[in-house]
Amino acid sequence: MNRIEKRMAELKAANKKGIYVYITCGAPDVETTLEAVKQAEANGASLIELGLPFSDPMADGPVIQTASVIALKNHITLSKELEVLREIRKFSDIPIVGMGYINNMYHYGFEKFVKDFKEAGMDGIIVPDVPHEESGEMRRICAEYDFVLAEFITPGTTEQRMADTCQDARGFIYCVSNNGVTGVKKVDYSVIGGVCEKARKFTDTPLAVGFGIGSAEAAVAAAAHADAVIVGSAVVKRLLDGQLPEAMQLIHHMRDALDASYSH
Amino acid sequence: MNTKGRFGKFGGQYVPEIVMPALNELEAAYKKYKDDAEFQREFRSLLREYAGRPTNLYYAEQLTKHYGKAKIFLKREDLLHTGAHKINNALGQALLAKLMGKKRIVAETGAGQHGVASATVAALFGMECHVFMGAVDVERQKLNVFRMKLLGAKVIPVSSGTGTLKDATSEAIRYWATNITDTHYIIGSAVGPHPYPTIVRDFQKVIGEEIREQIKEKTGGLPNYMVACVGGGSNAIGTFYDFRNDKEVKKFGVEAGGRSDAVADNAKTLSGTGEPGILHGAYSYLLQTDDGQVVEAYSISAGLDYPGVGPEHSYFKDAGIVDYVSVTDAEALEAFQRVSKVEGIIPALESSHALAYLEKLMPQTKEEETVVVCLSGRGDKDVAMVAKALGEDVEL
Repeated sequence: MNRIEKRMAELKAANKKGIYVYITCGAPDVETTLEAVKQAEANGASLIELGLPFSDPMADGPVIQTASVIALKNHITLSKELEVLREIRKFSDIPIVGMGYINNMYHYGFEKFVKDFKEAGMDGIIVPDVPHEESGEMRRICAEYDFVLAEFITPGTTEQRMADTCQDARGFIYCVSNNGVTGVKKVDYSVIGGVCEKARKFTDTPLAVGFGIGSAEAAVAAAAHADAVIVGSAVVKRLLDGQLPEAMQLIHHMRDALDASYSH
Repeated sequence: MNTKGRFGKFGGQYVPEIVMPALNELEAAYKKYKDDAEFQREFRSLLREYAGRPTNLYYAEQLTKHYGKAKIFLKREDLLHTGAHKINNALGQALLAKLMGKKRIVAETGAGQHGVASATVAALFGMECHVFMGAVDVERQKLNVFRMKLLGAKVIPVSSGTGTLKDATSEAIRYWATNITDTHYIIGSAVGPHPYPTIVRDFQKVIGEEIREQIKEKTGGLPNYMVACVGGGSNAIGTFYDFRNDKEVKKFGVEAGGRSDAVADNAKTLSGTGEPGILHGAYSYLLQTDDGQVVEAYSISAGLDYPGVGPEHSYFKDAGIVDYVSVTDAEALEAFQRVSKVEGIIPALESSHALAYLEKLMPQTKEEETVVVCLSGRGDKDVAMVAKALGEDVEL
């Protein structure tokens, strides 16, 4: 059982909702990334999504696009990302899942990527531009290395597709709350709630809801049908604005609100 | 590997899950209408009555004399409504969108030709139209921007990334993902996730089919050489597809050599340093760094500066079906002026790349041979750009 599965099991046993915090590796700089990871854990994050910057982040909104541009300007390469992971592992055992685009991994060699990043302390990967249809070989490699490859479901995912994706899901399933990209505002979570309920028919894998979760209220609403919520743009924006304490405060508020609403 | 929508090993569907239902819907609709007599009749009728097909295969006597070698024929896609081959695909896709019950068209554009074509068909079909265009391109193609506005489209400048075609494409995909239920995305080139490369090729292959008929009528045989420019590669795939099994016809896809062979100074995806990779939904050759970051492509022509290329071209390259070559900005500019002066036709800067390749090709040809060049678009849109490059002041 890797760190992600272990953490999700612990949360379930404690009857708590998870908070996944997305932080772009190297934006605004590596020091902030390391500090943010450290403090996020202290403020109640259950898992870190480490954003691996790509030149053309098709699934991301303006905030994470900007963070990617900054990180690339800071010369964040895959080898630098490995260094950052090793640094994090010196002070934290929090589950870490990478979020990046397939071309970087493909170019590096997907198997080598999994092997090297696992060794450096990463527990899994989210690849938003590879749908289930194209991930067969990647799933095989990830299974071999006990590395989580996140599956996706969205409000548009049909039951047939859901059956396929859920069957292969490990670690957690990334439930996209709405149609669109990261960083949107005002989301009606009842839609994804229905989707989560449907997914439960096919799987026991924990469900994490992401896209558009920027406040404690949104986190509480999104968590109603899920096991965890994902906060990204709202944290990254504060980090880019030099507001590390404010970013941490947001996570802290989310933790308090989720615990108050769901832990009994 | 998923074998759906592959050209050899290239192609595929590398898109967020959110986009998959729309691709599946499009694929199902296309399957249904592709061989539907009524759809084909309506499409052919629009191409004929609205766009102006068939286009002439014009024997360029003056240009032929200029080189004194093989006979040169120009496939006059520049004479189509809106001034380029882009209208073929835009009409086909708008018709599909209408049958799928979509209310809105979203498109990306580089030079603005595809944006104009999309805005045109949206106007014709009474649909809303949003065109994403790199901020850099908005600046260098002001006339096309105004044209799109006249046609009722909303032009959204994209300044993320490098502010060019690749960023406009990402932004159009993002917009599409956000409005997926009532919006159809008209990709302008033979790129993107399956089924787009196939759909775009099928709507453009009429170019090659007409060439086959016309050249037979004029010369009694097949052409010896065919030349077309390649950015994403839609006019080239349209030109070459019908001849893909004719080995005796030598086919050249001409990419933009830009300013130099240095990184980010050209768009030589297939003829330069591109390596297979994944961008905008497809596995294809791609200009990229050692770390798999996409490299900015450059060309004087806004329609060619794309770091990727349609997946079927990648397959054609590896299978040896088409030779991919390049010409520089300077060579394209010379061809732009030469063809204007010699033949009285002002070609688009994109098409000027194909015409510039004649400098290299013609000396190797024989008088009894024939060369067909796809003149994919007219050059009116580029006149200000060329004047600037030549140091002429044309401010009104």
